[in-house]
Amino acid sequence: MTAAAHKGTWVILASLAAALFLTLLPLPDWVQDLRPQWVAMTLIYWALTLPGRVGVFWAWTTGLVMDVAVGSLLGQHALGFAVVAWLAVELHQRIRVFPPVQQALTVWVLLLLERLLALWVSGATGQPTPTLWYWAPTLAGVLLWPWLLSALRNLHRRFAVA
Amino acid sequence: MRRPRYKTIKPLFVQGPTAVSRVLIAAGLSIALIVADHRQQRLEQLRSTLAVVVYPLHYLASLPDTLGQALQGRLAKEEELRRSNRELQRDNLMLRARMQQFESLESENRRLRDLLGSSIRIGERVLIAELLSVDLDPYRQQVLINKGSATGIFPGQPVLDANAVMGQVVQVNPLTSSVLLITDASHALPVQINRNGLRTIAAGTGLINRLELSHLPNNADVREGDLLVTSGLGGHFPPGYPVARVAEVRHEPGKPFATVIATPTARLDRSREVLLVWTLPTSLLDGALTEAQTKTSAGGGQ
Repeated sequence: MTAAAHKGTWVILASLAAALFLTLLPLPDWVQDLRPQWVAMTLIYWALTLPGRVGVFWAWTTGLVMDVAVGSLLGQHALGFAVVAWLAVELHQRIRVFPPVQQALTVWVLLLLERLLALWVSGATGQPTPTLWYWAPTLAGVLLWPWLLSALRNLHRRFAVA
Repeated sequence: MRRPRYKTIKPLFVQGPTAVSRVLIAAGLSIALIVADHRQQRLEQLRSTLAVVVYPLHYLASLPDTLGQALQGRLAKEEELRRSNRELQRDNLMLRARMQQFESLESENRRLRDLLGSSIRIGERVLIAELLSVDLDPYRQQVLINKGSATGIFPGQPVLDANAVMGQVVQVNPLTSSVLLITDASHALPVQINRNGLRTIAAGTGLINRLELSHLPNNADVREGDLLVTSGLGGHFPPGYPVARVAEVRHEPGKPFATVIATPTARLDRSREVLLVWTLPTSLLDGALTEAQTKTSAGGGQ
């Protein structure tokens, strides 16, 4: 890749940092169970729009940083993010032309997959099984997806990330 | 199935390893990291390096809460301040009165121990740290505090609040440390019942208000309301600090052990300030342990 291809790396980094900030921000108890998977959603957006650039490597590294930030096992989020980013890159040509509802549903499946992989890791390492509320963030995420999409798209255009 | 698509797309977009091999490498690395982290806790260095990178985010995320507290302090009514001041003064008076007694008891204890020929030092160094109010992984019982290796904190260090034992330091970073609470499912703490000295282990359950006492026989002398204190046998925690109160004792016919549930006395979800304790030096601790063991074996079992 040439230097021009790296244009706007800081925008991607800043959006991921903002997503992580939203993940760490303390919330009242009643919305805590509904906190969307901000970081996973941001990664999906970048993987769909810049598939040649943001992919497995970005996702994996971000997952590792996320693991340190939230204190989960190292690799727990990295695994899920890497797999989800890979699927998003693989399917970006289809997902991008989907009508909005269908696109949101696809994103929902990706978010569920991320949750599922994290659940699998926590089960394999002997942590207690969470309640069904564990899956609530994916629904919240899907409901917020259109807004996140337009916000990131604005950002993307304003700073001409390529 | 996907092969043909690859062959057409690959030369356009992908350089180096193919997408599949990339994701396989990433997954393999993740699993290796998970195993290493879970089984051996060998990744301290990596974790604390990355923790420095995330520190600004932790700090920013805890900022709203800190500001809120400051604002609340500014806006508090004079009447409220007076009342809290009055309460604090009363508490202080009571604690001082108890402290007088404590000092005489401590010196008496030392005299008696001298007579017995044993030397357990009671005085311990403590440090106050504040919780960073950030939301961590909601399915693990962990908190983050604002002191790190720069202040001499070490892994395994006991953490208390004003009422009881809260947990222990599991990860020390330069500026922060994470504390595993006693209710985490992977935590177990050697305790004894204050009333009769019966020793057992308080295991976390993953629920913030629940501990389980494992392997207590059905005929063990445990009652509801019994206070559990640390026994000091694990070597990490100083002996004699309160931990929990027994909330429920269930005998199930057909099971060899009783189910005993206890509620932590520390305000695990509400404390803002915690105490870090520097325990006895290991040499003294070894002495204390062997002594405790000979005493119990001389006393005949449990």
